[in-house]
Amino acid sequence: MTDLDTLEGDLLRQVADASDEAALDAVRVAALGKKGSVSELLKTLGAMTPDERKARGPLINGLRDRVQGAIGTRRDALAEAALGARLAAERIDVTLPVREAPETRGRIHPISQVMDEITAIFADMGFSVAEGPDIETDDYNFTALNFPPGHPAREMHDTFFLAPDRNGRRKVLRTHTSPVQIRTMRAGAPPIRVICPGRTYRHDSDQTHTPMFHQVEGLVIDKAANIANLKWVLEEFCRTFFEVDAVKMRFRPSFFPFTEPSAEVDIQCSRKGGEIRFGEGTDWLEILGCGMVHPNVLRNCGLDPDSVQGFAFGVGIDRIAMLKYGMPDLRPFFEADVRWLDHYGFRPLDIPSLVAGLTG
Amino acid sequence: MKFTLSWLKDHLDAEASLDTIAETLTRIGLEVEGIEDKAVSLKPFVVAHVISAEPHPNADRLRVCAVETGDGRPVQVVCGAPNARAGMKTVFAPPGTYVPGLDKTLSVGTIRGVESLGMLCSGAELGLGEAADGILDLPQEAPTGEPYALYAKLDDPVIEINLTPNRPDCTAIHGIARDLAATGLGSLKRPPHPPVRGEGACPVSVTLDLDPLDRGLCPYFTLRLVRGVRNGPSPDWMQARLRAIGLRPINALVDITNYLTFDRGRPLHVFDAAKVRGGLVVRRAREGEELKGLDGRTYALTGDTVVIADDNGAESIGGIMGGEASGCDAGTVDVLIESALWDPVNIAQSGRRLGIITDARYRFERGVDPAFTLPGLDLATRLVMDICGGSPSEAVIVGEPPVIERVIDFPWTETRRLAGIELSRAEMKVTLEALGFHVAGTGDRVKVLTPSWRPDVEGKADLVEEIIRIAGLDRIEPKPLPRLEAAVGKPVLTVMQKRTRLAKRALASRGLVEAVTWSFIPHDDAVLFGGGGADLALANPIAADLSDMRPSLVPGLLKAAQRNADRGSADVALFEVGQCFATDQPEGQTIRAAAIRRGSATHAGAGRHWDGTADNVDAFDAKADALALLAALGVPTGGLQVVAGGPDWLHPGRSGTLQFGPKNPVGFFGEVHPRVLKALDLKGRLVAFEITLDAVPLPKHRPTKVKPPLVLSDFQAISRDFAFVVGRDVAAGDVVKAAQAAERKLIAGIEVFDIYEGVGIPEGSKSVAIAVRLQPTDRTLTDAEIEAVTGRIVAEVGRKTGATLRA
Repeated sequence: MTDLDTLEGDLLRQVADASDEAALDAVRVAALGKKGSVSELLKTLGAMTPDERKARGPLINGLRDRVQGAIGTRRDALAEAALGARLAAERIDVTLPVREAPETRGRIHPISQVMDEITAIFADMGFSVAEGPDIETDDYNFTALNFPPGHPAREMHDTFFLAPDRNGRRKVLRTHTSPVQIRTMRAGAPPIRVICPGRTYRHDSDQTHTPMFHQVEGLVIDKAANIANLKWVLEEFCRTFFEVDAVKMRFRPSFFPFTEPSAEVDIQCSRKGGEIRFGEGTDWLEILGCGMVHPNVLRNCGLDPDSVQGFAFGVGIDRIAMLKYGMPDLRPFFEADVRWLDHYGFRPLDIPSLVAGLTG
Repeated sequence: MKFTLSWLKDHLDAEASLDTIAETLTRIGLEVEGIEDKAVSLKPFVVAHVISAEPHPNADRLRVCAVETGDGRPVQVVCGAPNARAGMKTVFAPPGTYVPGLDKTLSVGTIRGVESLGMLCSGAELGLGEAADGILDLPQEAPTGEPYALYAKLDDPVIEINLTPNRPDCTAIHGIARDLAATGLGSLKRPPHPPVRGEGACPVSVTLDLDPLDRGLCPYFTLRLVRGVRNGPSPDWMQARLRAIGLRPINALVDITNYLTFDRGRPLHVFDAAKVRGGLVVRRAREGEELKGLDGRTYALTGDTVVIADDNGAESIGGIMGGEASGCDAGTVDVLIESALWDPVNIAQSGRRLGIITDARYRFERGVDPAFTLPGLDLATRLVMDICGGSPSEAVIVGEPPVIERVIDFPWTETRRLAGIELSRAEMKVTLEALGFHVAGTGDRVKVLTPSWRPDVEGKADLVEEIIRIAGLDRIEPKPLPRLEAAVGKPVLTVMQKRTRLAKRALASRGLVEAVTWSFIPHDDAVLFGGGGADLALANPIAADLSDMRPSLVPGLLKAAQRNADRGSADVALFEVGQCFATDQPEGQTIRAAAIRRGSATHAGAGRHWDGTADNVDAFDAKADALALLAALGVPTGGLQVVAGGPDWLHPGRSGTLQFGPKNPVGFFGEVHPRVLKALDLKGRLVAFEITLDAVPLPKHRPTKVKPPLVLSDFQAISRDFAFVVGRDVAAGDVVKAAQAAERKLIAGIEVFDIYEGVGIPEGSKSVAIAVRLQPTDRTLTDAEIEAVTGRIVAEVGRKTGATLRA
């Protein structure tokens, strides 16, 4: 047992006993600092003879290395222990709820969503979107559309009137978006392919009628568009809108003053357990009206019915929203009940497109 | 329009089943609304014989009956009807039967301890609408065991079609039969109707006392007297048919007119000749003239209505309803039969004004076949003679039937052009002729003469409709609509359409829920929000509180918030993007976006939360929504100014106007005015914003999509904080603006990070603390340069706002 062995034993014990960074550092200074015990021994090497140095040098240097190593190891152990203690103290309750994000809470009304769906489909078929005022003249809403004054067909529309003006003319709340067709035909030349979505108004109120509702109409005018094309457009629309592989549709002859020939269109569906499904079943459900634009309407827009032709159709937006998404009653659409909107509404980032699908 | 199957078969020789007929009707445009077949729905109900009716042991008013139902094994039925008695014939339903009048299915019951194996029924219980003062009491000869529907001749299925207003010809069963025959389903029966040879002139004269310009009101009028009739009940078969379609038999003369109204679409009227004084005059009603109609109501007439009058005054409203005074009853001996033509528009208007809906009006306003006026009179005369006897006079005929037949120049190719289907000429010709059209010529173009009963057919397109509706629209094969250009589609939405869509998504992303509220709001609400003008008031609102076109989206949203609060959702955040109305002109209509927040419904979330309870919303929540919307729309906000104050419906001190220059306000935000809250009966804190999307400036058109180059500085930016003490009324925005003006080049951003009033700040003043970021571009700033800039900022803010640096 030499004095070096004794010193090393002492130092290593002190390192092992150091309980924190500060104590360990004190040991380091006492041993390896400028005046430390090991440093003092190292200084003695300079005064030694070469032989002595050869013998003592490795011993002293070895001592220094071992003490240094022990300090480093101890420091790592102390740091690890300190981190462990800190982490043990830093605990959160991950089950606490966070606030719902605004984009999770917000809702798009089904009417807006369905309008976006309809627009996506018809844009793909080359239709643009035309709009017009809600307050219309009698001419745009009726006369230009071949409803002669006094004709009983006008009574098919329960019309809202505004007060008569100085000349006794009274404006109406449009009963359909067909006036936009007139505005479009009068403003531009064929070929025309537009859809006209918007608010419409009729003096009617029950479970399936509200005094205000939404409609989208379509208009195609060119030199060849015919009923065969109309059938294709409507079948493609219904198939895509209802997101089924095929729909079966039934065209029934009907009457609208502004189309001739005219038809109403039923779509085949099943109604099992109160749920309507398209592309299957044996029931028929009326969903839209359509026809070839009446020659008188074309004339009223300055077009020659012998050289241009086309078709028009109209669909209730609220109605097809109900059919697709299963709302049983129309009235809550306009009651702004957040419970209904939260349930039937759509998330703001659910943007319908044909690329990603109309619904997610 | 209702009719029965047997009635249809009077006109149509066909073997087709009811289902086939119904299917065909719908396919050719006569949409079947419903079929009522009582032979099916009343099948279990049979004629029964009550063998005995003993008092119930435990109930005074009940009887225990032994009932023979046709199979020789009497059943025991407990019956409470006062008229139940031994020996009577009545109607029995066994257990398991659905009883329409009660809307329930019978089961074996025990009534006060006595078993009852079925039910004896009243007419009402069978759904036959007759008063229920006891069970049906049938004649003794009614055969026991026979189904009651068969015995009572209720087994004729009733078909109801939804008739479109363009088809007056199908207000006649004969016309419906013609359409069906054209499909090849059967053949139309056309029994000859030889003219009636009357004896002697009709003693009652007819005068059309109408202005020459008014001749169209009643262009044609025919009348005949039949003397010596016996007017009792009409025959059973006629009564059964009338009842089946919902008409109440009155007496033979009246029933005959109703019968022909449906059979031939020819409304008629009968006057009791004994009650008519002098000749008949067709004229406009006199102002103040009154008429008691056959429905017992008294109508005040005006000159807009045409009447048939005698020396006593108006006796009948022409084409709409007869008068009670001259009506036929059991005592009628001499009857005047009228068959006339009336102006459709005048009939529609008069009928609407008087509020009278009759089968005659329904037909005349659609257009009755002029050519069948006199034949109709003859047919009616013949029926009167057959049923009531009597001898007819000659007819009085005044005026002339208008000619409504048209000749249409028709190229056969029109069908392919409009309908996209190739049909043979032979098929098209057969169809048109079966429908009564006359086709002349043999070439590519023919002349088509329309029949007198089809006023709706005006041109080529109508003929195409006739052809394809009979051929069947299902024969037209869908064909793709070719693209206009062989190219990738171009964007289709306009700027406003894009804005509208984007606005909805942007606002919803802020936690707002989209509402769609009525375009019409209460008048008082409209006034509060700057509207309520006479030009935007509905003349016929559906409800008193849906009366005026809305000038703003906010009142509808505020009311919706209150409704939600009343239902327990107090903290709601709603928005709407939709139309508002400043005038009744198209330019007066704008698209606005508005949102309201109530209670604690802030952007972060509503209600209490462990991480900090939400405060009540304030004007800044509304401001944040508004600015987020403008940012989402991509509006360059450089020129946007926020100035204090807003419209009257906002709190004057807690509202702001968003504008691009003083002449171009685009919207408002703030707390809703307490007076508005009171007026609308709203509670709680409510903030709102509204932006008119049309008013927001359009983005500048750029010829390239390239973004401006990104310029980054290599030199360290530094930040300096300033705490200014200013008067309480000085706007923070003005402090920022002044600081910005002090140094245009170096300042890269200014944030307001503290506003403080209280201890250490003089009364009437506040501290506004701002952080100014300085970003050099060509070299690092020296301390002296920084000193110089901060000095300029302090001086400039002091000069413009009176600010001093906080000690």
